[in-house]
Amino acid sequence: MQIDKEKLLWMYEKMVEIRYYEETMAAVYMEGKLPPVIQKGLAFDIGGGPVPGEMHLAAGQEPVAVGVCAHLSDDDTVVGTHRPHHFAIAKGVPLDAMTAEMFGKVTGLGKGKGGHMHLFDNAHKFSCSGIVGASMPIACGAALAAKKMGENWVSIAFFGEGAANQGAFHESLNLAAVWKLPVVFVCEDNQWAISVPKAKATSVQWVTDRAAGYGIPGIRVADNDAVAVFEATAPAIARARRGDGPSLIEVRTDRYFGHFQGDPESYRPKDEVAHLRQRDPIGLMSKLLKQRSLLSADEEAALVSKAQQRVTRAFAFAADSAYPDAQDALADVFVQDHAFARALV
Amino acid sequence: MKTERILTMAQAISEAIAQEMARDNTVFVMGEDIGSYGGIFGATGGLLDKFGKERVMDTPISETAFIGAATGAAAAGLRPVVELMFVDFFGVCMDQIYNHLAKNTYMSGGHVKLPVVLTTAIGGGYSDAAQHSQCLYSTFAHMPGIKVVVPSNAYDAKGLMTAAIRDDNPVMFMYHKGIMGLPWMAYLEGSSNAVPEEAYAIALGQAKVMQEGADLTIVSLSQMVQKAMLAAYELQGQSIHAEVLDLRTLVPLDKEAILKSVRKTGRLLIADEDYLGFGLSGEIAALIAENLDTVVLKAPVMRLAVPNVPIPYSRPLEQFVIPQVADIVKAAQALLVGKLAKAVAA
Repeated sequence: MQIDKEKLLWMYEKMVEIRYYEETMAAVYMEGKLPPVIQKGLAFDIGGGPVPGEMHLAAGQEPVAVGVCAHLSDDDTVVGTHRPHHFAIAKGVPLDAMTAEMFGKVTGLGKGKGGHMHLFDNAHKFSCSGIVGASMPIACGAALAAKKMGENWVSIAFFGEGAANQGAFHESLNLAAVWKLPVVFVCEDNQWAISVPKAKATSVQWVTDRAAGYGIPGIRVADNDAVAVFEATAPAIARARRGDGPSLIEVRTDRYFGHFQGDPESYRPKDEVAHLRQRDPIGLMSKLLKQRSLLSADEEAALVSKAQQRVTRAFAFAADSAYPDAQDALADVFVQDHAFARALV
Repeated sequence: MKTERILTMAQAISEAIAQEMARDNTVFVMGEDIGSYGGIFGATGGLLDKFGKERVMDTPISETAFIGAATGAAAAGLRPVVELMFVDFFGVCMDQIYNHLAKNTYMSGGHVKLPVVLTTAIGGGYSDAAQHSQCLYSTFAHMPGIKVVVPSNAYDAKGLMTAAIRDDNPVMFMYHKGIMGLPWMAYLEGSSNAVPEEAYAIALGQAKVMQEGADLTIVSLSQMVQKAMLAAYELQGQSIHAEVLDLRTLVPLDKEAILKSVRKTGRLLIADEDYLGFGLSGEIAALIAENLDTVVLKAPVMRLAVPNVPIPYSRPLEQFVIPQVADIVKAAQALLVGKLAKAVAA
């Protein structure tokens, strides 16, 4: 399959941006969470600092997001997981509002009511959920809407390999197959459901083995490589746009950070991540672009610098933004009905 | 002279849905057995013939998938009406309801609009036992983000369903099986009443005084309203004048209507078919307690509800735990003991 230069460069640039975003977040997230500024006796304070709460970072998993989203337009829907930043960035969600949301600021996507696992952007048809497996039914609904509206929009449900053992997975695949919904189910197999390895939790070697059970194609991508993901996804998306129904894709990918920041990761070998990083997908892509003479060293430096600047600006925007008024907690339970929530108090 | 058209609640509900489907082509219906069967409780009768299978969709028995799909379709601009047969079945798909449908609007800062109507059957009284007889409206009212509609009669059901479909927010529409007017289940006939043919909406959050009275207020909802009306009739023969208030919706709750009535009567009886503990009857009692500066009670608040046991199967057991007309009469008499004693002394 021939991928044009623009797509390759776009995927590379987005992967660089995602990686820098996650690394920046990893650093900012630790602010205010470590001794000596926290309660005595604690090693870590999850509720402290400018970005409180759980934080699930996707460094290493960039190829899944960019390889799929390279096929999409603003009209296509993406529903992500609790680890959603790479999907959001690849789908075009504005970095400023997304970052401000994680800082709990009023300029955030959800005015500070959602946080990092609950990012909603209507303009780019992006949402995600903190509940394992929940992306799949909702993506089916977006696909159903596209079908009813007579549009050839597709919808993507991203989920982890752990979610393949959820009822929502089985129900959604069956529903999508029986209704021929234009949805592509994309499994990120990073081998770890928090601490439980895939082999101990899943009855089949590959999640795609289950596709046959629903009479749909199952496509497995063995390498954590954006080009491979792009190529594998193409027929699934084409099938969905033609109205022929869903597909299941599984990508073997790598999670560089813990399940959440602060995860002691006692369950995996100390050198596992160092080993994984030796086949880093961003390095691979850089090499490929140079081999094909699609990117010079100077152009690459400029590309990286621009991506980093965008991220830096977003973090500055978030840090400089105001918190919402405390009373705003009572609004937005229902749309067009802000007075209602206040009357409840 | 035009004669009044009497409809059952099931007919009124399906008529409201049909009229909204005709008016707005983004409205569609999905659920289990809602197509050719017309809904197990008749709430979608005739819709398949009128609108076809693209807009009236039978689903697999996959509640997580199709209720989640309703959320996704609503976010994309459609207005799904989704039926899940019995409220007791929501356990299998609660995550999609309370973590997604109910919260996505809020977590998006009000940007995501989810005009979904979830319909379901509630209530017991026909020996269907613990997994097919609950009301559970308090459970859904307890969790923020879903409006809760619980009609007691056909006229209200039609207007409330119309309003529910037009609402831009998730609405749970809960109909009691024992007032649907089904040909295969005994029902309280007061629930079938005159229903205009033209479409109309009844604003959510407005309780209705079903009968005025000065001696006590009976706050009720759903089938229990019909029981309260029968009790009120019986009490009238004993010169006890009950005001019967039908809440019609729990979210929003018409607190003012409750307070207004209790300020007038000074006595409150709550007649509820949900569980007694931590629910609707406690909520209303708390409302009164919080307003004792302006509400003068002549007797303590009294609650009738299902004691905290699952609904039993055997007829005498079930009739014991679900408040009956006679229980409402007895409770009202007990509330009025002071007044009755004074009358005797005089």
